[in-house]
This record gives sequence, C-alpha cells and structure tokens, in this order.
Amino acid sequence: MLPDAEAIAEQVFAALADPSRRAILAALASGGPATATELAGRLPITRQAIAKHLALLAVAGLVTAEPGERRRVRYRLRSAPMQVAQQFLAALARDWDGPLEALQEHLSR
Amino acid sequence: MGFPDRIERVVEIARPPAEVWAALTTARGLGSWFGNQATIDLRPGGSAQMTWSDGHTVGMRIERVEEPAVFGFTWPIFGLPDDDPRRTYVEFTLEATGTGTRLTVTESGFAQVPEDVHRTAFDGNTRGWAKELGELVDYLDVA
Repeated sequence: MLPDAEAIAEQVFAALADPSRRAILAALASGGPATATELAGRLPITRQAIAKHLALLAVAGLVTAEPGERRRVRYRLRSAPMQVAQQFLAALARDWDGPLEALQEHLSR
Repeated sequence: MGFPDRIERVVEIARPPAEVWAALTTARGLGSWFGNQATIDLRPGGSAQMTWSDGHTVGMRIERVEEPAVFGFTWPIFGLPDDDPRRTYVEFTLEATGTGTRLTVTESGFAQVPEDVHRTAFDGNTRGWAKELGELVDYLDVA
C-alpha cells in the first residue's frame, strides 16, 4: 500500500508543532548529521529528551539513524517527507486569483 | 478536506476566445499580465519562460496546444529543487459564450509522492524499526 501524501505531510506538521523537535530538525538542517550527545550540547534540551524525540522522528521517517564514529549513532535529516509537506504549502501558496484578475484587466483595455 | 491535489478557477471574460488565446500563448501576452517578460515556443514539447522584475524566473514545458480551446503546460512546484521530476500540470480551457469566453484554469499534481518516501518508515517495517531504535535509545541512555 502506498502512503498518501496527506499522511506524510501530517507527520511533518505534527513534528514541527513541537518546539523541541523543531529545534532538533533545525539543528540537523543547519549543521548536518549529529549524535544525540552533540545535539544536547547545542540545544537547551536534555539528552534523554533529545533521544526520545529522535526515536519518534525516526519512526515517522523524518530522520534516519546511521552508524557514526566510536559506535555512536548519528541522525541525519530526511528531506523527502519535508518536500511532500512543501508541496502542501505550495498548493496553499499558489495564487491564481491575482493573475486571473490581471488577465481580465489586461483584456478589458 | 485534506491535501489539495488540484486547484480550479473559472472566470468569464468579455472577449472572444481568439483574444484570450493570444493573451495566454504569446510572449507579448504572457509578458503583460502574468510575468514582466516572456518567451514561448508554442508547440507540444516546446519551452516557455516567464521572468519578473524582481529576478524570479519560471520555466514551463508546453504539453497541449489546441487553438483556441486548450493550452496546457507543466512547471516546477515552488520550493522544490529545479531538477525535481515532480511538476504540476496547468491547463487552460476556453469556451465561447454568448458574451465572450469562459476560461477555466486547473493546476494539478500537488499531492505527488516522491519515490524515496516509500522506502523507509512507510514500507511495513515500521515496527522493526521502532524496536531497533528503542535499543539505540537504551544504548544512548546508558552511554
């Protein structure tokens, strides 16, 4: 069964609704893959809370876990679901009313 | 409700279809009401480009040219990389009415799912993943 875009977008928006998860995703987006310990050093969130959020984000497919140095697990942002959410936003941001009014005005001259 | 895959608008224009067709399918027309400047190679498979004075540019690939009734093209989804294969399809349909033209525009394809979304987390192995990740979390908690 294929996942529908709606379910994927929902996961992204639910993840982004929480300020800690937003901070974790933003840190991975700006700084690249990182371990839970590294993230805890950069963010005002305990490492336990970060580990819990990362596990949730991984299940939702928004980050992937990969082996890092010295048996540490590194987390990497997974962009595909974000792009689905972006499509949702693109549909809401598309303005046809403005151009069509401009067309009507152009032709009434 | 839900993910909008398709946008549709209908407007009545007090001009004959031939004039509306010219406004939609010529560089002069597109560069007046839509972009600030435009180029167009009007044939299926041809390209068109619109540029705005703020420097923004959009490239279209023309799909349907059935003068003066149907004009269709694809263009990129705002925010996705330029080379992303996912594009939305825009179709203008023109119908003559007693007083001018009924113009319908539909844009569809917003709800496409990229292939690699299918691979992890949604492929039926979610439970296995959750278990492994639980072990990882335990490992991190004691480390």
